[in-house]
Amino acid sequence: MTEAVFWVLAIVAVATASMCILSRSAMSAVLWLTATMLSLAAIYVLLNAEFIAAIQVLVYAGAVMVLFLFVVMLLNLGHATTDMRGPAAVAATVVIAGLLAIQLFALWTYSPERLAAEMTQAPQTGDPATLFAAGQAARRAAVEHGVVGAVAAPLFQVYLVPFELTSILLLVAIIGAVVLAKRKI
Amino acid sequence: MTDGMAPLLGPALGLSAILFSLGVAGVLLRRNVIVLFVCIELMLNAVNLTFVALAQLHGASGQVMVFFVMTVAAAEAAVGLAIILSIFRHKQSVDLQNINLLRG
Repeated sequence: MTEAVFWVLAIVAVATASMCILSRSAMSAVLWLTATMLSLAAIYVLLNAEFIAAIQVLVYAGAVMVLFLFVVMLLNLGHATTDMRGPAAVAATVVIAGLLAIQLFALWTYSPERLAAEMTQAPQTGDPATLFAAGQAARRAAVEHGVVGAVAAPLFQVYLVPFELTSILLLVAIIGAVVLAKRKI
Repeated sequence: MTDGMAPLLGPALGLSAILFSLGVAGVLLRRNVIVLFVCIELMLNAVNLTFVALAQLHGASGQVMVFFVMTVAAAEAAVGLAIILSIFRHKQSVDLQNINLLRG
């Protein structure tokens, strides 16, 4: 059942992403990408990352995409002619992206067992249950402390300094965006 | 036991591979700066999917990384779109053909 839902969502994600890069206007590209992000949020739920799924909908499909739509509407580009590159660039794109896809697609064959075998690099294969104990612990923590608590614990303990640096990054981004976009300061 | 551990690991990694390649194809294919930006967001999302898929095995650190990637992506989108706005004010265009100030 879970796998069937995953495959439906995966097909939706790939189809909307293809429409995103092929659609003529920037407006429809942004809207197709929003659909991709929403299907990815649903896939995150299937992968036991409910908090990340909620953030994906709120931050990505909500805030970031609204920012894109604002800019597209602000520029008022109208019905632009197609902005695809010429045939030579299309051929190069197919070759480069195709090779990349073929190489990355080897990841398809990975299972927890194979990953464990390659991580131990011993003649005997490692036991996934012991090697990936952190994953099991995280699942238990999600049951005990809730899905938000399971993410919050490492975020505010191990990754506290990066988390605080993130606030500085956001402040710099706010100032930078205002300075760049304003006509006269 | 191991079957119930991460049954969707391989398919999720494969899906993120396809989405990342689509993002690369979009960046190579289009000339509209905004669509280029959209394709970069698509690639960031593909990487996030990889993090979430492997977080099933390696604990919640992967999900924390997704949190940081989202923050950086939001900052990048804000600054990048501001740059696009100011370029559009100068050139009246978002086509990469017309934005060649740095070409020698």
